[in-house]
Amino acid sequence: MFLTSTQRGDARIVTVNAERIDAAVAIQFKEDMRDQTADGPNRIILDLSGVKFIDSSGLGAIVAAMKQLDEGRRLELAGLSPMVDKVFRLTRMDTVFTLFPSLDDAMAGLEG
Amino acid sequence: MPGQQLTAMPERFSHKFRATELAVRGGIVAVMTRLRDLQLPEFIAGDVELALAEAVNNVTEHAYRGRTDGMITVSCRLEDERLIVNISDHGDPMPEGELPEAVEHDLETARHELPEGGFGWGIIYALASAVRYDRRAQRNTLSIIFDLPAPGEETAMESPAS
Repeated sequence: MFLTSTQRGDARIVTVNAERIDAAVAIQFKEDMRDQTADGPNRIILDLSGVKFIDSSGLGAIVAAMKQLDEGRRLELAGLSPMVDKVFRLTRMDTVFTLFPSLDDAMAGLEG
Repeated sequence: MPGQQLTAMPERFSHKFRATELAVRGGIVAVMTRLRDLQLPEFIAGDVELALAEAVNNVTEHAYRGRTDGMITVSCRLEDERLIVNISDHGDPMPEGELPEAVEHDLETARHELPEGGFGWGIIYALASAVRYDRRAQRNTLSIIFDLPAPGEETAMESPAS
């Protein structure tokens, strides 16, 4: 599975089981995110710790995944590698999403 | 092999692949493997991979829009102080025949109006030292140039550990 999800506390954790979120998988990512977030808690944390590379197509797919959530539900991101973090900063999308250094930080509410 | 090579600069190679999303991924990975074998510093390799990905995605999505028979050639020239990455295709020319400007996005907007694309050129310009575009004989060539640190300057240029 490209994405898997678990429940932890009041949050749905969606884990990306791929090293790249790029143009080749952007549409699949968006569709799989719709399946993984169709129901469940309002807080969704996307665990990106296994992802080494993302391009702007992958970034767009993450934005799209957030936009397809119902009002009141939120998508937060955890475990960004330096290059993934850089894509968010270069596009200023770090101002749109709440970013956490790790999943543990996300659960503790410690923003990075 | 890493650490064993005392090759005369510059090194050059090229790699050709089909302009489809999956083939493009394989092409990017192949080019990056070659560059890392040639001792391209790792902290620059990440920038090169991202800029290259944005450039070849643009070719696939725009220059070869609606086609699956297009080919992309990536040629790299690694010199002492800079890396030149040339991306060539035989697709449509750039709009107006010149490099597009980076898109300025308004992110202070409602969630449903947030942009899902249009980031590519901004990323390329932010990462590259220089970018050039040439259209000649039905062929587009985008040149992305990265200045390399002189030996010993790597640590000064490295971003602080997070």
